[in-house]
Amino acid sequence: MTYSVPKVAGEVEVDVGRDQNRAQWPLWEVFIRQKRGLSHVHVGSLHAPDSETALLSARDVYTRRVEGISIWVVASTDITASDPDDADAFFESIEKPYRHATHYEIPDEVGQM
Amino acid sequence: MSTEALNHGDDNLVIAQRLAEWVSRGPDLETDIALGNIALDHLGVARALLSHASENDGGHEDDLAMLRSEREFTNLLLCEQPNGDFAQTIARQFLFDAYQLGLWDSLSKDTDVTIAGVAAKALLEARYHFRFSSSWVIRLGDGTAVSRRRMEAGLSQVWRFVDELFEQYPDLRPAWDRRVDDVLTEATLIRPTDPFQRRGGRDGFHTEHLGHLLAEMQSTARAHPGVSW
Repeated sequence: MTYSVPKVAGEVEVDVGRDQNRAQWPLWEVFIRQKRGLSHVHVGSLHAPDSETALLSARDVYTRRVEGISIWVVASTDITASDPDDADAFFESIEKPYRHATHYEIPDEVGQM
Repeated sequence: MSTEALNHGDDNLVIAQRLAEWVSRGPDLETDIALGNIALDHLGVARALLSHASENDGGHEDDLAMLRSEREFTNLLLCEQPNGDFAQTIARQFLFDAYQLGLWDSLSKDTDVTIAGVAAKALLEARYHFRFSSSWVIRLGDGTAVSRRRMEAGLSQVWRFVDELFEQYPDLRPAWDRRVDDVLTEATLIRPTDPFQRRGGRDGFHTEHLGHLLAEMQSTARAHPGVSW
């Protein structure tokens, strides 16, 4: 189906391919809490020019088939991530039983902790 | 046959078909999906209303959608206008969404229980659609010089179909004006005027665009009459 696109006086054609940096919108990470979920989960990322558009896009792209109850969008540049190559040094080995309170018995009145 | 159900069913069917033309042609992935989602929302409303419209005749929603000619379609002229560029599509959607907000709110109190039910659900969808379309009107209007000119051009193209929206529901006009003006102000756009308002959709008198739209939409069903999908 073809349709005519109105020409606008003085418009300059931008070659998007040549300058990716200028054409690229910022990247946002998307976290969604589902209706049946307990916390926000990272579901993916998207490009958007600003936070409101990022929010609407996240709703359109990531809650099509699953009912969401809350969406967070965070600019990717605001996220500081640990280095995966450094993981074995950065994270504790679990073989440190002296860090756990395994010998303490929780009274029934307290319930699940 | 319920005229009201038929009219609003046709509005939503035709605009759904228009938005579907954007699928795989969107300016970016997220917008492509967004327009597809909005199209599906409209289509869902169309199906519910056309089913309801054909109930008493023992007919079927598919027959209404696929076998009627353009003289039998009762949709508003605004809905059948071509997509043009993204700005024109947004202009058409924005004006229609502002109308549907008032319409569904009013129809959710309709005496016809089916229509009231459809309207209540459609109102929630219309609130999202309006947020999406007005958000783009603002960004394109208050954007670059090029985006502003395209947004102005888009609104001018479809402004001649505004009065027809309120022929059956004149009470909805003041709230629509306020809603639209608030967004145009934030978008730093001037409200268009067009003294040559077009009408006739409800009576089956359409612009030249509907014929092409129906030919494309109905061609497969008409090529295989009676087939079940």
